[in-house]
Amino acid sequence: MTQLPASTDCKMGLVIDLDTCVGCHACVISCKGWNTENYGAPLSDQNPYGADPSGTFLNRVHSFEVQPKDGAAQLIHFPKSCLHCEDAPCVTVCPTGASYKRVEDGIVLVNEDNCIGCGLCAWSCPYGARELDAAAGVMKKCTLCVDRIYNENLPEEDRIPSCVRTCPSGARHFGDLGDPDSAVSQLVAARGGMDLMPEMGTRPVNKYLPPRPKDQMIGEIDVLAPLLAPVAEEATGFLAWLDKTLEKI
Amino acid sequence: MHPAPSVILFSTLSGLGFGLLFWLGLGQPAVTGGVAFALFAIAYVLAVGGLLASTFHLGHPERAMKAFTQWRTSWLSREGWAAVIALLVMAVFGAGLVFLATRWSVVGVVGALISLGTVFTTSMIYTQLKTVPRWHMPMTPVMFLSISLAGGALLAGQTRWATGLLALAGIVQVAHWMLGDRAFATSGTTMATATGLGEIGQVRAFEPPHTGSNYLLREMVYVVGRKHSTKLRVISLILMVVLPIVLLMLPFGHMIAAVAVVSHLAGVAASRWLFFAEAEHVVGLYYGKR
Repeated sequence: MTQLPASTDCKMGLVIDLDTCVGCHACVISCKGWNTENYGAPLSDQNPYGADPSGTFLNRVHSFEVQPKDGAAQLIHFPKSCLHCEDAPCVTVCPTGASYKRVEDGIVLVNEDNCIGCGLCAWSCPYGARELDAAAGVMKKCTLCVDRIYNENLPEEDRIPSCVRTCPSGARHFGDLGDPDSAVSQLVAARGGMDLMPEMGTRPVNKYLPPRPKDQMIGEIDVLAPLLAPVAEEATGFLAWLDKTLEKI
Repeated sequence: MHPAPSVILFSTLSGLGFGLLFWLGLGQPAVTGGVAFALFAIAYVLAVGGLLASTFHLGHPERAMKAFTQWRTSWLSREGWAAVIALLVMAVFGAGLVFLATRWSVVGVVGALISLGTVFTTSMIYTQLKTVPRWHMPMTPVMFLSISLAGGALLAGQTRWATGLLALAGIVQVAHWMLGDRAFATSGTTMATATGLGEIGQVRAFEPPHTGSNYLLREMVYVVGRKHSTKLRVISLILMVVLPIVLLMLPFGHMIAAVAVVSHLAGVAASRWLFFAEAEHVVGLYYGKR
């Protein structure tokens, strides 16, 4: 059913820390690996070893350069996957009911057996979170690893999305963003977590933590600096003789 | 957006087909028997042909019937319903005209309105998308409806109505282009809001996520043909509006009418190609392509 639930029991989602992401793309690879072997149709590649490779990914890492008014430019790596929006436009536009938002945890999923591959949900998503698989002809999207997070066959530490489990820099966090006391909600509150394209009115569940302000070099570096006399600018002794001789040549 | 030939064919043909059904439903022209059969056949070929063409771009056309289930929220589903109901009601009305030489005018008017409603639902599939500012404005349904009404009047041989409606469609089309050219800039969505990094400074795409292309870039960051857009707009306007109006001023003949309809159809197809090719999706911001 493509009517959005009025409310969900909890709001499972990700918190992505743009301050600590190092842009290694490990989350991209682990996501592709897990999701091509598990839930739904595999994430196909077209011409993977040819001149123009292309494929379906549920998570991609962009890199942006931000130039502040003063100071050096900053490079910010920017992982992007489905934000599991509360007002998910991709769900309501679906003509078949294949797209839906779960009442129990707020995860936005695609029932691939009902998907006709019209692509309208991908058009309606401002974030580019949905990709039509060229081989399967159905829409693929992040499932928040719904087949991991409740999977009692996995050790407890693995019951988190594959991208979160893999991230070597701790830039990805998983939890209930509907519970103000959860670790992720506290992180969002402490670090000023933000929505992407809030003007679209999608109310994303996933939050992004902005990069922390960079240290500024203001005035003298250290109180002892003046005592550290610079190297003599005028050469003496042998070097002075060498300098003069070389000048003459 | 990627201008898929099947979708362009669909909206061009079915727009004209449902436009013709609108005029037939109103009894303009008041035909019965064989002539009615011929006109209804043309309308159904256009409308149904367009609908069939639209299934060609689906990943799973064999599941197309499932698209009737979600009319509560989905304009695409509503379009399916509107099209089927319009075609059924007009079939009853047409059967009366063709076989019984009887006009059930209430059925005709209802069928005419639902036919027009179908064109409206088509336009709303695009208008509803906040992600494509060029489409997300009231002028989009106005454009679809005015072109459909004008094309229908032309095909129904309603010369007097056709001239005025074609001129109106031309004006609406130009207005849609002019408003559309400003839509992205005034939508308020920028790389700063897309990344949330605008508070720090000027955001620039440094590296894309991958070296090759992907579905998003092919489908929504289509940029081919933009450099010719002004020329194509002029060609589209001449074929869609100017040439048919000139031809309508000549003494009426079936050949001239046929040329006017073909010219109009080619013009609408060019306009629809531009409708997709020029549409900028906000996801392009993440790729620094806006």
